[in-house]
Amino acid sequence: MDFPILSSLILLPTLGAIFIFFSKSKSNTYLTSKYLALFVSFANFILSLYLWYLFDPSTSEFQFLEERSWIKGFINYKVGIDGVSILFIILTAFITPLCVISVNNTIKTRLKDFLVAILIMESLMIGVFCSLDLVIFYLFFEGGLIPMFLIIGIWGGEKRVYSAFKFFLYTLLGSVLMLVAIISIYWITGTTDVIYLYSIGVDSKYQNLLWLAFFSSFAVKTPMWPLHTWLPDAHVEAPTAGSVLLAAILLKMAGYGFIRFSIGLFPIASEYFVPLIYFLSLVAIVYTSLVALMQEDMKKLIAYSSVAHMGFVTLGIFTFTQQGLEGSIFQMISHGLVSSALFLSVGVVYERMHTRLIDNYGGLVSTMPNFAVVLMVFTLGAIGLPGTSGFIGEFLILMGVFKKSFLVAIIASLGVILAAAYMLWLYKRIIFGKILKNEIKKLLDLNKTELFILSSLVFPIIFFGFYPEPLLNTVEVSIKDLIETYNVNLKINLMETK
Amino acid sequence: MNYEYLVIFLPLVASIISGFFGKYLGSRNSEIITSLFVSISAIFSFLIFYKVLNENYANNLNIFTWIDSGTLNVNWSIKIDALSSVMLVVVTLVSFLVHIYSIGYMSHDPNKQRFMSYLSLFTFSMLILVTSDNFLQLFFGWEGVGLCSYFLIGFWFKKESANAAAIKAFVVNRVGDFGFALGIFLIFYLFGTVNYNEVFELIPNILDKELSFIGLNINAINLICILLFIGAMGKSAQIFLHTWLPDAMEGPTPVSALIHAATMVTAGVFLVVRCSPIYEYSPFALNIITIVGMSTAFFAATVALVQDDIKKIIAYSTCSQLGYMFFAAGVGAYNVAMFHLFTHAFFKALLFLGSGSVIHSFRNEQNINLMGGVWKKLPYTWTLMIIGTLALTGFPFLSGFYSKDAIIEFAYLSGNTTGYLAAGIGIFTALLTSIYSWRLLFKTFHGSYNNKNLNIISMHESPMIMIIPLIILAIGAVFSGYLFKDLFIGLESSTNFWKNSILFLEPLNHDHPPVWIIILTPILVILSIPTAYYFFIKNKEITNDIVNGNLPLYKFLKNKWYFDELYDYLFVNPSKKIGLYFWKKIDLKFIDRFGPDGISNLVKYISSITVKFQNGFIYHYAFVMLLGFSALLTFLILK
Repeated sequence: MDFPILSSLILLPTLGAIFIFFSKSKSNTYLTSKYLALFVSFANFILSLYLWYLFDPSTSEFQFLEERSWIKGFINYKVGIDGVSILFIILTAFITPLCVISVNNTIKTRLKDFLVAILIMESLMIGVFCSLDLVIFYLFFEGGLIPMFLIIGIWGGEKRVYSAFKFFLYTLLGSVLMLVAIISIYWITGTTDVIYLYSIGVDSKYQNLLWLAFFSSFAVKTPMWPLHTWLPDAHVEAPTAGSVLLAAILLKMAGYGFIRFSIGLFPIASEYFVPLIYFLSLVAIVYTSLVALMQEDMKKLIAYSSVAHMGFVTLGIFTFTQQGLEGSIFQMISHGLVSSALFLSVGVVYERMHTRLIDNYGGLVSTMPNFAVVLMVFTLGAIGLPGTSGFIGEFLILMGVFKKSFLVAIIASLGVILAAAYMLWLYKRIIFGKILKNEIKKLLDLNKTELFILSSLVFPIIFFGFYPEPLLNTVEVSIKDLIETYNVNLKINLMETK
Repeated sequence: MNYEYLVIFLPLVASIISGFFGKYLGSRNSEIITSLFVSISAIFSFLIFYKVLNENYANNLNIFTWIDSGTLNVNWSIKIDALSSVMLVVVTLVSFLVHIYSIGYMSHDPNKQRFMSYLSLFTFSMLILVTSDNFLQLFFGWEGVGLCSYFLIGFWFKKESANAAAIKAFVVNRVGDFGFALGIFLIFYLFGTVNYNEVFELIPNILDKELSFIGLNINAINLICILLFIGAMGKSAQIFLHTWLPDAMEGPTPVSALIHAATMVTAGVFLVVRCSPIYEYSPFALNIITIVGMSTAFFAATVALVQDDIKKIIAYSTCSQLGYMFFAAGVGAYNVAMFHLFTHAFFKALLFLGSGSVIHSFRNEQNINLMGGVWKKLPYTWTLMIIGTLALTGFPFLSGFYSKDAIIEFAYLSGNTTGYLAAGIGIFTALLTSIYSWRLLFKTFHGSYNNKNLNIISMHESPMIMIIPLIILAIGAVFSGYLFKDLFIGLESSTNFWKNSILFLEPLNHDHPPVWIIILTPILVILSIPTAYYFFIKNKEITNDIVNGNLPLYKFLKNKWYFDELYDYLFVNPSKKIGLYFWKKIDLKFIDRFGPDGISNLVKYISSITVKFQNGFIYHYAFVMLLGFSALLTFLILK
């Protein structure tokens, strides 16, 4: 058997976490454990790039398959990736080291435990994107809740307990239904193996209910309107690294889930529920954009804009077109980069000013010119300006949507106008204008660490805006095959019902 | 080596050098590098133009793949044909002159490197826009110039009004882009490609295709044309989407000359001309363009009559002239539209830079009521402004005379009602143009000196580095009409020069219009000069009486037809109110209250009841047990 690269990706961070956890606490442990965590997560990133190098984009078959029996005859540990999942793994492996570096300033207490939580989180998230067994998927998917709950609940802001519980309540409630659905699938088909399920399909009469059960979980995680209210609270209270993981990776699990499971397993139900998805996505785009316009707290504003951006993603997925689906995946990767960059930027100024209220800022360009430049790039990425990664995703999605419905595309495009309004207004209120507060006059520009973190996000945002091919190539064949299978399934069903 | 790469990428390189390394290079070096690079770009643009002119040169370079998703395949490309070569010359030449001028104009500004970097970046984006061979790259350039415009309008970031204007420009343009983007989606939906040539070839196949949209059947070509035109309206500040342009005057004056007069705002006209192979099949859309164009020409001219800010007058004048270009395109005379775009770039840039020189001399004063009587003090600026004004108003044998009169003639010759109407409005607007232009000139340079803050002795002419670009532009303003009229709008221009870059389904009507049409405008224009002098210098009481006699009309014009107030009332304030309502009422008061908080309160409430049973008294437990036991028993018996 080949080198188990996927399991290594999953296990490496956990091993690092265990090591850090049991390392003796001497006076300099903080530093050592940080470097250890950095080393582990960076090694994982290199490993993920190596995975990308090995990956064969010309086939839609699952690659790097590993299978081990866990509970005999019932649950198998089965992992493998295709074009849809690989990019999310790389994104996770890319963002985690940045989070580890960023803890320098933000985490004052129990740093060791925090690093342990982040590394375990990484393991679980990578696990989500490569599991090919429903039970394993569920374990990773739900497992991610616990470290996140702790990150918000222990290292969060003033209202951290309320936010942590709200987060937990929402996500758990949705997921319980998914668990029930997974058990039912086992009873109906006798297996939880995703590849096998793809080949035999799920009986069309069960699909609608099962789809709804999965939907309830994914809709909370996305989050879709009206299940989105946990997100602003969670973001506001979470420490910077927590917000970054939440926005960059956790939300993407839902989009990934929609593609892998909702469309893959329940094509007929997916087609049936298109109007529901479109409606909720459109509401999310317009509604949350308007809400974002009026926010007074920077993190809340970005959180609401995340909901709007994820609205585009769900729209694109349910177009079942090449452009729509590729655009959605691209948009998720891009949003992963842009939103983490924005949250990290907020972290940078929060460390200096200890306030997130927009009104307390203004005129930062005079004292923090470098910060002003990088924040401009991120703002433009969020607006979806051509030349940034944000544009490619949004534009492809809208092209796909347009094929399905003019009206939906028109309404969704309104979100693009509003995005420009709220992001530029935010930027203006923080960066431009006269300096009104004395604290701002004394602010120091980005230090080397901050500059490093933020510029390592500037680079991919611009690079993929001009040259998105590496990403689009990777997903192309898998998406093509997914759409073909989907259409074949619909046709078969149509003939059967006739 | 292709010159095209140099033309396009030198400004980008200059921008990067000045933007990122400017602080190490120093401001003077940055100015030299950016100006030098853009000047090389301009020289090669002329070379390309020369080759297009004499050697039938045309080229379509693919740089590399941009997006490849399913059937969508887009390349970064450089397309050279007659149309783009004209734009190359206009953009790089004006940009070069503005770079040079800025060295003088911005000499007291601490952020010169940043300014020069933006100017070069703008030039690059504009070149990307005009040399694209597909709609998506066009859109890239389109947004890119919008972004640079945003940066430059808000360049003086400490001014609240400049920031507001910058955001307004971006967002209003986004409204236009919304239409533009939908147009691109529709093109991709219908043809599966966004490449110009492929789309243009397929257009004749779908002449009768109808699309149904919320119950309406719309002709596909009409819809494409209208959507693209919405984008053009935003960028070219046509009526309804014009509100950003006057505000954009918050930016430094060189920016107004380059972006908000000569180049970026003409992108909309360029788009319509570039898409002539589509517009030719949509008489309906062309009619709309004519109507919008002439309304804008008229509306903006009326507003310009009563404004007091020297830059705002010229801004409205730009708006109005763009209206002319559009209605030229609307009557099918695309080449005439391009001709006016070409001549307009010279005289309008000249007027803006000239006004910049005036503002410079008056230490940033922009109100023309606080100027006057300085023509002897500013002899070069005065002379050059007069040349610009003459060219703009269409004084015989200057550039505006050839292009503007051609527009009116072709509108008249198009032979339909809209055409006659457009010609009529064109003539009347030409008169208005002349009046407001001379009003500006007289109030600025003649009459008595009205500025109390500055002593007239302290007035001095701008440095030569600012005057020389003006002189070059003035030469263009005088001669560009006469020299290029045959090339652009002559009888054989379509076959000799434009070739397949502009499609004419039917050759343009080259009959001679009645003599009165030809001589009416010049006569009005010439007569308006002494009239304006009389009203604004000699006998101001009459003007005041007219104003006081028509106060409601005056206020209406003064407040720019109340467009800003209307939009605040219709869009801005409701958006804010709705956003607040969604957030405070629906998210917090409804979803949270009945959702997570409701559930947790319910659980708390129920547990607070059940907790009462667990009070530790054995007899309570025994009693509950007894109840349960008997209930179970009853159930089993009954069953």
